[in-house]
Amino acid sequence: MQSNQELEGFRAELRDWLEANCPAEMRGGEPSEASVCWGGKNFQFESDAQRVWMERAAAKGYTVPTWPVEYGGAGLTRTQEKIFKEEMDRIEARNPLQSFGIWMLGPALLHFGSHEQKLHYLPPIARGEIRWCQGYSEPGAGSDLASVQTRGEDKGDHWLVNGQKIWTSYADKADWIFALVRTDREAPKHKGISFLLIDMEDAGVETRPIKLISGASVFCETFFTDVKVPKHQIVGEENRGWDVAKYLLTHEREMISGGGQGLSGGRALGAVLNESMEDGREMDTTLRAAAMRCEVDALSIGLTLERYKDQAEAGSGAGDASAMLKYMGTELNKQRHELLMSAGGSDALEWDGPLGNRPADWLRTKANSIEGGTSEVMLSIVSRRVLGLGA
Amino acid sequence: MANLVKTEDETMLADAARGFLDKSAPVKAFRDLRDAGQTHDAKMWKEMADMGWAGVLVPESAGGSDMGHAAAGVLAHEMGKTLVVSPFLSTAVIAASALRNVSDARAEAALASIASGDVTYALAVDETAKFNPEGTSMVATREGNGFRLSGKKTFVVDGGLADRLLVLAKTDDGLTLFDIPANRDGITRNAQNMIDARDSARIDFENVEATGDDVLGQVDSAMSILKPALEAGQAALAAEMAGLSAGAFGMTIAYLKERKQFGTVIGNFQALQHRAAHLWCEIEVTASAILNAGRMLDDDPDNATMAVSLAKARATSTAQLAVQEGVQMHGGIGMTDAYDIGFYMKRARVGAEWLGDYGYHAGQVAKHRGF
Ligand SMILES: Cc1cc2nc3c(=O)[nH]c(=O)nc-3n(C[C@H](O)[C@H](O)[C@H](O)COP(=O)(O)OP(=O)(O)OC[C@H]3O[C@@H](n4cnc5c(N)ncnc54)[C@H](O)[C@@H]3O)c2cc1C
Ligand SMILES: Cc1cc2nc3c(=O)[nH]c(=O)nc-3n(C[C@H](O)[C@H](O)[C@H](O)COP(=O)(O)OP(=O)(O)OC[C@H]3O[C@@H](n4cnc5c(N)ncnc54)[C@H](O)[C@@H]3O)c2cc1C
Repeated sequence: MQSNQELEGFRAELRDWLEANCPAEMRGGEPSEASVCWGGKNFQFESDAQRVWMERAAAKGYTVPTWPVEYGGAGLTRTQEKIFKEEMDRIEARNPLQSFGIWMLGPALLHFGSHEQKLHYLPPIARGEIRWCQGYSEPGAGSDLASVQTRGEDKGDHWLVNGQKIWTSYADKADWIFALVRTDREAPKHKGISFLLIDMEDAGVETRPIKLISGASVFCETFFTDVKVPKHQIVGEENRGWDVAKYLLTHEREMISGGGQGLSGGRALGAVLNESMEDGREMDTTLRAAAMRCEVDALSIGLTLERYKDQAEAGSGAGDASAMLKYMGTELNKQRHELLMSAGGSDALEWDGPLGNRPADWLRTKANSIEGGTSEVMLSIVSRRVLGLGA
Repeated sequence: MANLVKTEDETMLADAARGFLDKSAPVKAFRDLRDAGQTHDAKMWKEMADMGWAGVLVPESAGGSDMGHAAAGVLAHEMGKTLVVSPFLSTAVIAASALRNVSDARAEAALASIASGDVTYALAVDETAKFNPEGTSMVATREGNGFRLSGKKTFVVDGGLADRLLVLAKTDDGLTLFDIPANRDGITRNAQNMIDARDSARIDFENVEATGDDVLGQVDSAMSILKPALEAGQAALAAEMAGLSAGAFGMTIAYLKERKQFGTVIGNFQALQHRAAHLWCEIEVTASAILNAGRMLDDDPDNATMAVSLAKARATSTAQLAVQEGVQMHGGIGMTDAYDIGFYMKRARVGAEWLGDYGYHAGQVAKHRGF
């Protein structure tokens, strides 16, 4: 525990640092899919400010504030992290870097990785140098993820990987992929999967973008043909990859629940709605009532995310309850974007129209309750694992 | 931001309260009280006072246990689970919070009488079918050094039996809060036949005398005292409703695991599993808002309004969902008076209206969020 004085000292220092280092262009505005800084070898920065902001934050460990310093983080305690978030929100600072490495692989490596693996893989994630994608889903393995068929044949010092993944977000832009690969075909389905790390530049890895309803093509089919994966590129034990996969999913779910842009920005929905009525309209009573309900739920779900983080410090992570966070957060985010569309009226109906790409963001949110496990799967997890219902 | 995990003390308090209530105040106790046509259990209130519950918000100097608002929420939550009947909210939370904001010897004595369990209070604010303290029209006319109160109050929870009333009335330049004995000349109390079988009254005031001493705080500025009292009450009521939701939910889950149809327990049907899971999610989210309101009232009471309204709004919608889903998933038996789930439904309906309904509190939240 730190004294209040130390914490206030930390806050003051941080505030000064943010004032001096967060470029004006990286403050304010409703964040959108297009303005996210993902990092990686091939990332096209939207502006110099975006690049500078990422680099400055990374140098301080602020891209991954709670990771240990030796792995590229700032080693913040939970209380310091809250202050960090408050100060970022205060100036409406954008997130300097977001990535699957930060949200998903990082926590899994911190938990299951060897010290060498952590030293090797984590700092480049923190610095935004290596971008990761997630190779879980397959055409025949969606909600029933444990039936993945992509297989890895044991060739002594490496696995020979063959198979297909689908819905791999940003596979065409990522540098590496973490993938679920069947390494034992005889074992029961949960017991024959390994969690492998694969370089996307390896021979035999191929991606084909798929166009989304939002017009963007953020996800891909990913093909593996005789890809050689060295044995040391496994996280956890051979055939025990399901444990890593599930652990990672709880982090992914927590992230999706709050990363739903509706919750992270700290801005009131009603205020945002009012801004989109520049032609002098006002919210009608139906829209207003819906916005109020949305705001009540958003604030409460936000508090719930914080509560679970507080609990994690006290020794118990969100675990199965991450399914609850994901379900509630994503369903809310979808509603929020329905209201944004409604407030925009016909102005919101054009791609890159008067309200920017609002319809693309709206359509993108529809995936929130599908990716990372669908809402129905979340409810099944809660009913089985939390409530003890069903076989 | 405050830490949103229950402290060890709070967990212990909850366990102790549960232990006492399971013995002394299971739902059966409420049923017996209702069947006997009673709305108050004086013996139990005395026991609660002896445990420090009546004085939960009373300073130790006045004989209270001074445990704070989060602790009051913990107690209210446990009482809500088994629909405990007591003047806890009206007296120990609302009246005590009001009196605490007045620093004079009379208030100190009144606080002591609350902590000891000797005196109960009711809050007489509502005049129409919806909570709207600012719209109070009952008048207190100046007469010499005192006032004369005339008008009508309704939905005065615990007002049929309370020893004293906190009455909100209009004075020359604002609103004033009076603290008067409920049996004063000119006061007529008509008990309401409430759906939740609790004490509530319509109260007529006909030229009721109030001295300057009966004024709580300053004339014309009731809100400086009433606002914190209302917020304390709203937060504790929200906690009670969350307890009620947990109680109804627990009954429902148990029933899903026990009732068989189509050759299997109905908890095996995914249609019901998902409804139950959704309800649990709502309950979890509401728990955060309630814990946060208690923390804000304890740590930063001047800025707690939004947190309190958030808690009351969420608690209201969650309780309504919990009881509706509860009755539905019980099938026919849930509709019978002999089965307890219906009690939860009726209590939730009353809680939804008391001290501001969903729309009132969602509106407060919106106002604080700038729209
Ligand atoms: C935008 C987007 C990005 C994605 N990114 C990635 C990524 O980067 N990497 C990756 O590996 N995957 C990714 N996914 C895939 C995602 O994880 C899957 O789409 C998801 O797990 C659902 O699988 P499915 O699409 O096969 O649907 P299905 O499993 O076929 O489900 C179809 C419908 O049936 C319901 N359903 C299925 N089983 C049950 C059941 N037992 N009970 C009740 N209802 C059920 C589902 O809820 C759904 O409504 C992404 C998906 C989207 C939309
Ligand atoms: C006011 C009232 C009047 C009535 N009048 C009559 C009457 O005049 N004559 C008469 O014969 N009956 C009457 N009934 C009985 C009524 O038809 C039954 O209550 C009803 O069919 C439900 O049966 P149950 O009560 O046994 O509930 P259950 O069948 O035990 O159901 C409990 C819960 O489980 C759900 N459930 C059950 N099976 C499934 C499944 N396979 N999948 C998903 N969910 C499931 C139900 O929807 C319900 O939510 C009356 C009931 C009431 C409340």
